[in-house]
Amino acid sequence: IMAATKASKEQKYDRQLRLWGDHGQESLENAHVCLINATATGTEILKNLVLPGIGAFTIVDGHTVSGEDVGNNFFLSNNSIGKNRAQAATELLQELNSDVSGNFVEESPDKLLDNDPEFFHRFTIVIGVQLPESTCLRLGSVLWSASVPFLVCKSYGLIGYMRLAVQEHTVIESHPDNALEDLRLYQPFAEFKNHIQSYDLDSMDKKDHSHTPWIIIVAKHLEKWLSEHNCQPPKNYKEKEAFRQFIREGILKNENGVPEDEENFEEAIKNVNTALNPTKIPSAVEDLFNCEQCNITSQSPSFWVMLQAVKEFALKEGNGSLPVRGTIPDMIADSQKFINLQNVYREKAMQDAAAVSKHVERLLQSVGKVCCSHCIANCKHLCWRLGKNAFFLRVVRCRSLAEEYSVDSVNKDEITSSMDNPDSEMVFYLMFRAVDRFYQQHSRYPGVYNYQVEDDISKLKLCVNSLLQEYSLNVNIKDDYIHEFCRYGAAEPHTVAAFLGGSAAQEAIKIISHQFVPFNNTFIYNAMSQTSATLQL
Amino acid sequence: MADAEEPMAVDGGHRDGGCDWDGRWNHVKKFLERPGPFTHPDFEPSTEALSGFRLIHVVDMDTIDVSNLNRQFLFRSKDVGRPKAEVAADFINSRIPGCKVVPHFKKIQDFDDSFYRQFHIIVCGLDSIIARRWMNGMLISLLSYEDGVLDPSSIIPLIDGGTEGLKGNARVILPGMTACIDCTLELYPPQINFPMCTIASMPRLPEHCIEYARILQWPKEKAFGGNLDGDNPEHIQWVFERAQERAAEFNITGVTYRLTQGVVKRIIPAVASTNAVIAAACATEVFKIATSAYIPLNNYMVFNDVDGLYTYTFEAERKENCSACSQVPQDLQFSPSAKLQEVLEYLTENASLQMKSPAITTTLEGKNKTLYLQSVKSIEERTRPNLCKTLKELGLSDGQELAVADVTTPQTVLFKLNFTT
Repeated sequence: IMAATKASKEQKYDRQLRLWGDHGQESLENAHVCLINATATGTEILKNLVLPGIGAFTIVDGHTVSGEDVGNNFFLSNNSIGKNRAQAATELLQELNSDVSGNFVEESPDKLLDNDPEFFHRFTIVIGVQLPESTCLRLGSVLWSASVPFLVCKSYGLIGYMRLAVQEHTVIESHPDNALEDLRLYQPFAEFKNHIQSYDLDSMDKKDHSHTPWIIIVAKHLEKWLSEHNCQPPKNYKEKEAFRQFIREGILKNENGVPEDEENFEEAIKNVNTALNPTKIPSAVEDLFNCEQCNITSQSPSFWVMLQAVKEFALKEGNGSLPVRGTIPDMIADSQKFINLQNVYREKAMQDAAAVSKHVERLLQSVGKVCCSHCIANCKHLCWRLGKNAFFLRVVRCRSLAEEYSVDSVNKDEITSSMDNPDSEMVFYLMFRAVDRFYQQHSRYPGVYNYQVEDDISKLKLCVNSLLQEYSLNVNIKDDYIHEFCRYGAAEPHTVAAFLGGSAAQEAIKIISHQFVPFNNTFIYNAMSQTSATLQL
Repeated sequence: MADAEEPMAVDGGHRDGGCDWDGRWNHVKKFLERPGPFTHPDFEPSTEALSGFRLIHVVDMDTIDVSNLNRQFLFRSKDVGRPKAEVAADFINSRIPGCKVVPHFKKIQDFDDSFYRQFHIIVCGLDSIIARRWMNGMLISLLSYEDGVLDPSSIIPLIDGGTEGLKGNARVILPGMTACIDCTLELYPPQINFPMCTIASMPRLPEHCIEYARILQWPKEKAFGGNLDGDNPEHIQWVFERAQERAAEFNITGVTYRLTQGVVKRIIPAVASTNAVIAAACATEVFKIATSAYIPLNNYMVFNDVDGLYTYTFEAERKENCSACSQVPQDLQFSPSAKLQEVLEYLTENASLQMKSPAITTTLEGKNKTLYLQSVKSIEERTRPNLCKTLKELGLSDGQELAVADVTTPQTVLFKLNFTT
């Protein structure tokens, strides 16, 4: 049964396994997600986590299902009116995927915070939806101290809002979209140099000449160039153009002196622009090397142990470079030449990964952690993956909610510079803060009923002004936005909830799997213009 | 996204009191009843116009596969094998009281203009550019012009969404008014296939070995006595094993069952989240257009959440001489001594046309003559010699009109032949 279940899961999850792999899927299946408030936004987020097969979810919600709730929520039916909302939503979400374990707690988050704040410590991530400010800040503080990532989401009229609060989120597999290749053409490593030397372009027959990988062609011509240019590689446009011409002259000519059709040489010429960049350690990675977390203790998370190991490798075996990535792009070449060249890079990458792995073992030993053979094997595998991603390591640190809300540490610069354009998405952030204020004062949201709209506009404006004053924000918020937010009447249209549902779920998956890079730290979606912005607050 | 196209009709003003409950429309009615500073200039608040979308037709030619279940939330494992349109309709009709979804287990091309004419809005979640172009062409063919002026009531808005992994886009097309699918064809670069010589004699990647088994070995050995079915695990296993053998010959590593399936079926990764985002964006536009409450997206949004969340919204421009939606006759410039083969290659390879298998006909001496047609074997054989003949030899003259039919368009495209010297 185990094998059959595994096979059917592989089939079911095939399309997503191609994105985050079996190890990514495993991390999802070990995750327990907490959703607070099963509103439309909440259930739409959870739907996109249940479908891909998270291990378990728990909905915390003290509300009773109202007719209004059923109107915008696909995971409530009119039969659920009067029932507890956590329970009703759990039923319809559970039936999306029997691999997932669905749970509910019929309680408000405030009550839980009063009686049992450690309840929240068990979760891989907590997602809070449509939370009043006071609850949000209380919960934020508990989760921050417990190092549990907190994702806050709100759909309000045609505006969506997300806020991620996580102290330190490390990413080895960021999967960058357009990464440059790691070819080491400038200062080739010894094995690569030997391999280049095994070629003699001038003595090759036409077939071999036309099927030599462009990497070799560039390497050979670069050798010549360096010897004639005082070991200086082509740097500016003029030099690169001359170098391209130099390669072009290497194309075979027929008996009439007409250049033959050698596509591999054309590839070489095309790649000159990017192939000659020296293999510097990216500044983002250098910054990580300088973090104090690199001082390894027995408490150090494995990411930092591995990072310190890479740093030591770079200083020693790497001669100032990161481990070789080990992959090359496809290129015109005969099978043997390509495979042989590919193996040169692969073997070097494995060697480098093994060296990093030794550094890891040594570091662990130095803080009293002994490695069994299983750990060592696991370590080798992790270091191989680390080596493939060394250039793209990322750490995301989001400020706490407390820092965002404190008058002493509010990010005034970000707010005022964004508001140079009074229609930037920042205005919606400020409106959310003002609306929260309104709720605190009046125990309701503005403009919920038609008769309230007009009067609430001036009341909301007072909240806007007191907000700006409290934080000494010298910005102007157009009356139109105040009017619009009253007009919304705290409505939660389904399509806005669904947009956030997809966005938030994927950010949660990034947090759980440590693959791809989460946003930092505030995301605003404007459904009127179909635009969005990420703000760091 | 499913391979579905969803024409929708908004049942405006019809209030079926029987299936509504108290507060049902609270989250929607505020947008319809209240004026506001950002609404569409034509918007008039009203308490009458409210209802949900009541009548929706869904067209989908596919049946449910287990690999759909990670994201297509209207389907369950018990539904595998059933038509998507029918299961989706059943689910929604029972979950959303008062909503009527009418399923059509058909290809979009199975319907003609009389079918599409009935809709107020058309939403597409198609899985190929060819299908998009066809729908695009269909709605353009419904446009009516009086004295060269477009009749706005003949415009049916087309909302199109698509996703690939963690990327997606949503666009609003007002046929005849804003950029259509063909206006922006260059945004979709043609699919790259591996060169035959690489596959046949110079493999380097595991993908080359898989294509060798699929393209060369399968037809030769006629393994299961017919066409290769990517959905048949036995077929994939056969290709996988042959690919492994080929890879071993050339010391190529990396051939796996998963890779084999991916290459044979041209699988693109897909997750629930990205599809939810793009579907929601499209649905928001349907809401705006149906209610006139807000100005619709003008007209193209791109989404990518690989690194944080990124959206980019821009106005795609109409192409002046678009082969689909401009009324400009399409120009073909060739020397009279050019062979018909060259014309065929132009039609398929030109980035703005990207036809798949064009059939070319013309009128000679008052009679309709097929110059070349690929899709019917007997006609292909009969007209194949024409490819090697020059345009002059075929009897074509300067200014001659050629009618070209192709899967990318429901209507024939007229080209005018201009002889160059």
